[in-house]
Amino acid sequence: MGEVIVVTSGKGGVGKTTTTANIGVGLALAGKKVVLIDTDIGLRNLDVVMGLENRIVYDLVDVVEGFCRVKQALIKDKRYDGLYLLPAAQTRDKTAVSPQQMMKLCDELREEYDYIVIDCPAGIEQGFKNAIAGADRAVVVTTPEVSAVRDADRIIGLLEANELKNPKLLVNRVRIDMVKRGDMMNIDDIIDILAIGLIGVVPDDEKIVVSTNKGEPAITDDKSPAGQAYRNIAKRIMGEEVPFLNLEDDGGLMFRLKKLFGIKAT
Amino acid sequence: MLDLLKIFGKPKASKEVAKERLKLVLIHDRANVSPQFLEMLKSEIIKVITNYMDVDESALDIQLTRTKSDDGESTVPALYANIPIRNIKSSGK
Repeated sequence: MGEVIVVTSGKGGVGKTTTTANIGVGLALAGKKVVLIDTDIGLRNLDVVMGLENRIVYDLVDVVEGFCRVKQALIKDKRYDGLYLLPAAQTRDKTAVSPQQMMKLCDELREEYDYIVIDCPAGIEQGFKNAIAGADRAVVVTTPEVSAVRDADRIIGLLEANELKNPKLLVNRVRIDMVKRGDMMNIDDIIDILAIGLIGVVPDDEKIVVSTNKGEPAITDDKSPAGQAYRNIAKRIMGEEVPFLNLEDDGGLMFRLKKLFGIKAT
Repeated sequence: MLDLLKIFGKPKASKEVAKERLKLVLIHDRANVSPQFLEMLKSEIIKVITNYMDVDESALDIQLTRTKSDDGESTVPALYANIPIRNIKSSGK
């Protein structure tokens, strides 16, 4: 019996889609059968982040309207065994799907797959309601900015009101240098304010842009700090206990070491 | 050495400002009260108080904030009201 995990945030542009793609690949690399669902109808992007945009035939709306079977709409990712994408429709809007239809779809997928990871659209309207309807767990993505943390707080309240208890926080795009000089909230600050458990901390990493350019999630890049963070997050999702990297100390030491050896700090 | 200078010489870190502002704004968000609600509350309070004293309505400041609870363990919402008094009405004595 599979598990349905929704990746949500409230605010747009904090990294929900990138997170969904990386977690999906991470779980698939661990041998799990995974379906990623893009619920951002009208503004789909998980397909391009995954590099699967040229293979779309049917989409989420086709499935819930009974125009095709789920199996026909699932795009198999040939690079990673056991990974599938169900893309969103691009020419419709969020009202084309209902929470009841999402619940039914999730129940159907749960039978056959280990993890169903849902990429939620920004906002708290219909698209959000659809995305969380069939979910068992939630990952709330935020960045260390007041706007993103505020929206995360609102989302946490809404998740709990919808019986999605105990959502987990992912803090994205942490700039170690800024945290060190007190110009960015650190993880403890954010946890203190939002009062929920942590699933991961992803450092700000140029390689994310590069990997998105290519349509290859950074989790497979051994040299990417964000990729390393996503590998740890995938393990935590599967129930493994992985210690959190102490970004402030590690960053500081690495920074100084790099400086010592004359390497340009990234 | 440079680090030491930084610690002693620098003004409040901007993350502290961010935290304070966030905490305040979240009180309002979490309390789920609309501006209309606060306006209604405000006008009711003024109505009662003006029976007893003249107040400076333009300088009135009423807001929902948070404060430490009595046991000091947690924070609880608090109604903060700063109402400048111009004159206490003699009928109130």
